[in-house]
Amino acid sequence: MDGRATTAEKARPRERGSVALLAVAGWAVPGAAHLWLGRRQKGLVFLIALPLMFAIGLLLNGRLFPFEPSQPLVALAAIADVGLGVPYLIAKAFGLGAGRVVASSYEYGNAFLIVAGLLNSLVILDAYDIALGRK
Amino acid sequence: MTHFLLLLVFAFFVSLAFAVLMRDEPREQLRTGGMLFGAFVGAALILGWLMYPLPI
Repeated sequence: MDGRATTAEKARPRERGSVALLAVAGWAVPGAAHLWLGRRQKGLVFLIALPLMFAIGLLLNGRLFPFEPSQPLVALAAIADVGLGVPYLIAKAFGLGAGRVVASSYEYGNAFLIVAGLLNSLVILDAYDIALGRK
Repeated sequence: MTHFLLLLVFAFFVSLAFAVLMRDEPREQLRTGGMLFGAFVGAALILGWLMYPLPI
């Protein structure tokens, strides 16, 4: 097994409800959507790399931004953070990601956290395209 | 951790994710990932060098 879907599986578009569930799974657990679609190699890479990137962001004293519509950039960063799904929720539940502005790695931490969430959003879109038979 | 090491780690993860997203074959993924990583690090070094004379 090479972990890749067959041509027939790739070409077969899925039903709308199934695709929505797939997207939710992909949001909650990075790589889950690709694993679901039989793209094992890609799924495993995302499953390991994205939460690891998120964890490094937390270790670097990055901040999980709050939703503040009065500060558009902060709100956008918050939306990007949420993109990682369950790891984000776990971090929030344990009070992680408070951010330490005086730390020299603070901005790096923010970059890791935000980009991890944005990359997972791209991963979800990729899985969505695969599920619809576009790739 | 030095800033440069953090830059390398960041470039590694982003290159990895993009390479796996963009390519299906492992060999192609490795090639694309290597090129992206090199481009990230090279661009950072060149921009850093260009900005060096600028006052803080």
